[in-house]
Amino acid sequence: MTAAVHVDGLEAGYGGRPVLREVSFGLEAGRTLCVLGPNGGGKTTLFRALVDELPPLAGSVHVAARPAYVAQTERTRLDFPVSALDVALMGSLPRGRWWLPARQADREAALAALGRVGLREQAGVRFGELSGGQRQRVLLARALVQDAPVLLLDEPLAGVDPASGERISSLFGELRDEGRALLVSTHDVESARRFDLVLCLNARQVAFGPPAEVLDRPTLEATYGSELIVLDDEGPTRAIAIQHHEH
Amino acid sequence: MAAFLLDPLQSEIGRRALLEVVLLGAVCGPLAFWIVSERLSYATESLAHGLLPGVVIASLAGAPLLLGASGGVLVGAGLIALAARDERIGSETATGVVVTGMLGLGALLALAPAAPQRLEELLFGDPLGVADSDLIAAAVLVVAGGAALLALHRLLVATVLDPAGASALGLRPALVRLALLGLVAAAVAVAVQGLGNLLVLAVLIAPAVAVRRHARTVSGAMLGAGVLAVVGGVAGICASFEFGSAAGASVALALALAALGGAWLPAHRGQ
Repeated sequence: MTAAVHVDGLEAGYGGRPVLREVSFGLEAGRTLCVLGPNGGGKTTLFRALVDELPPLAGSVHVAARPAYVAQTERTRLDFPVSALDVALMGSLPRGRWWLPARQADREAALAALGRVGLREQAGVRFGELSGGQRQRVLLARALVQDAPVLLLDEPLAGVDPASGERISSLFGELRDEGRALLVSTHDVESARRFDLVLCLNARQVAFGPPAEVLDRPTLEATYGSELIVLDDEGPTRAIAIQHHEH
Repeated sequence: MAAFLLDPLQSEIGRRALLEVVLLGAVCGPLAFWIVSERLSYATESLAHGLLPGVVIASLAGAPLLLGASGGVLVGAGLIALAARDERIGSETATGVVVTGMLGLGALLALAPAAPQRLEELLFGDPLGVADSDLIAAAVLVVAGGAALLALHRLLVATVLDPAGASALGLRPALVRLALLGLVAAAVAVAVQGLGNLLVLAVLIAPAVAVRRHARTVSGAMLGAGVLAVVGGVAGICASFEFGSAAGASVALALALAALGGAWLPAHRGQ
């Protein structure tokens, strides 16, 4: 197995000030990784380092090919007159020829990607008129059109409706089966169990390994501190992290 | 009504003025959509005002005004970009300081005893006094600017929708923005000949404000803004012939009224 993502001793931050240190992990093709951590814990910073937006202050980052990155949706403009199809089509831009209109093959790929996220019928609907969960799915479709071997999804399940959440989660398995490496950040401790590997971040790397080894009470407490509520001490640790949303 | 429309066509001056506003409207209208969408209205105004010293110096030296405007817009844009980099001040404040400085410098030069009379014309423009070179510059702008807008279309759409997503796609939002600013600078330098330093803003913003909330697609909005800019320009020239009003100001007023109407009408509701 080749490493799709390899991070060694990463230190990353803004304006020369590190907000994330001591991160070392690897992810092979065809595997899924859940990145857990509180707000400000460094999840987005890690992703920005992986897509080469933030040069590492120390250590190294290696990604096999340009990853597809789905950032949090709040940053998109909702008053802009583009359709769901227009947005999905943007996924073909990295293939070059940006100065020409999209090709028929690109349009078909975009429609197929919208189909995979259950929004083919909504292809012509204005992006800003979709629900938050549907918009998240359109951005996911855009990433699918990129056809990248590595996908980074930043909190794809935050604030989405249950139907969208289910649809998005079911895609994780499909993408793994296609041999892609998938990194998903979340604050949902329970959903982390469904991934092959878990990386816990709280300004530094707290733990990395399979969920059964990582998701115990001491690790979760070290990850979330006072934001953690432990539901049940019997058997595997069940816990909820309280999320304070920052906008 | 027919006389209102036909009057300007009967004189050489009127025909040239109509041609100038039609050419400028055809390219500045679609460009206006991007200026308003990318929230560059203030930057556009700054470019227009910042080039005044360049135009005045060209006028003093007897050089072509387009040359002065181009030089002025480059120096102004460079200074604004430099000042805006200072995060302690904030880009809007920095731009404000630079622009007021440039406008002051331009006025100072223009009001110097040795200066020719034309400060008023430089500030408010005179579509009725356009030279052949102005018409040629406007025609070149239509062809080159139109081609650039077509070529940049997909990049602009991706960048305006979400810059973070665009850079995740491997695009360079900062470069796309710079290319757009370059187009805006070229349009300002050309349009300022006919519409003047202060009123040029009307054709670069008002058409987009008028159509923006009513368009379903980006292409529709660009097309609508182009048509509106042309219609507004023609209406302004006709009105100036009918009422004997200043032509540049009449065009600006017609476009501003269109913007007001567009903003007032209820927005298009989707399915």
